[in-house]
Amino acid sequence: MSAHAQAHSHPNYLKVYAILVALLAVSVFGPMLGIRTVTLIAAFGVALVKAYMVARNFMHLNVEKRWIHWALGLALVFMVLLYAGVSPDVGRDSGQRWVKTAGWHQLPPSHEQPGTGKEAGEAGH
Amino acid sequence: MSSTIATTRSAMGIPTGRLAVWWVVVSEIVIFGGLLASYVMNRIAHAEWGAQAAHTNTWAGAFNTLVLLTSSLSAVYAHKAAVEGDGRRAAGFLRLTCLGGLVFLTVKALEWRHEIVEGFVIQSGGFWGYYYTAAGLHAFHVIAGMAVMLWVASSAEKNQDLHRVENIGIYWHFVDLVWIFLFPLLYIAR
Repeated sequence: MSAHAQAHSHPNYLKVYAILVALLAVSVFGPMLGIRTVTLIAAFGVALVKAYMVARNFMHLNVEKRWIHWALGLALVFMVLLYAGVSPDVGRDSGQRWVKTAGWHQLPPSHEQPGTGKEAGEAGH
Repeated sequence: MSSTIATTRSAMGIPTGRLAVWWVVVSEIVIFGGLLASYVMNRIAHAEWGAQAAHTNTWAGAFNTLVLLTSSLSAVYAHKAAVEGDGRRAAGFLRLTCLGGLVFLTVKALEWRHEIVEGFVIQSGGFWGYYYTAAGLHAFHVIAGMAVMLWVASSAEKNQDLHRVENIGIYWHFVDLVWIFLFPLLYIAR
């Protein structure tokens, strides 16, 4: 058995589980109130708390080596970078030299436009 | 010629197997994180997806969340039993965890069957594309976790390679963790 496993005492898993189930109930019944702020907190705020509790108590991140935390954090940074880099284009209807028309998301025809050397659909971008 | 398998990384102080699982988790964060981030940005940009999301069954999603949380409890009890050197008990808890995975997949299959019969398929719209992709990718991870877990249980029962119980547990908790975020995104935010 690893020194890691022997190094920490086990928390009361049943108590952690009971709290997670209670939080699940909050995330299901909270949104039924129909208040947008409550829905966001009940759904996503509670999800963050649940995720933290699972990572800390079940995955034993609280006793894991520090650099594992850094590796996990780096992965989360990549996710944030992806979001920050792409979401402006997804959220906007137009930008420099591009406009989302009714069928903007449809794939352009694969044949080349005669005389231009460009594929059809490139001209507008 | 004999071969030596590295079981520890002395420079980092982490057993090789656990180190590998953490790297898997890190790469999975990038995979699922990218998928979920894409979903969130598109969901914000397309208010009409809320109407599509209203067709998902919140109770089925909530029940499956409960099932996965319970299976995580079972997985962590398996780890505890392994730490105490009780491989037979650890194997029992691992098989119980697999049963949780099976219940989860059964509910998911029934849910998908209902939605497909209703006409909501992967091509039915942006929301449904993400719904089937994210839930399907997650279900694939559940199946993979169950397969490895049964294999680990068979050796744990003989009190062999008990360190693997913790390793598969870390993976399983991550699968649970992903569902913790999929549930509100796909079933609650309407």
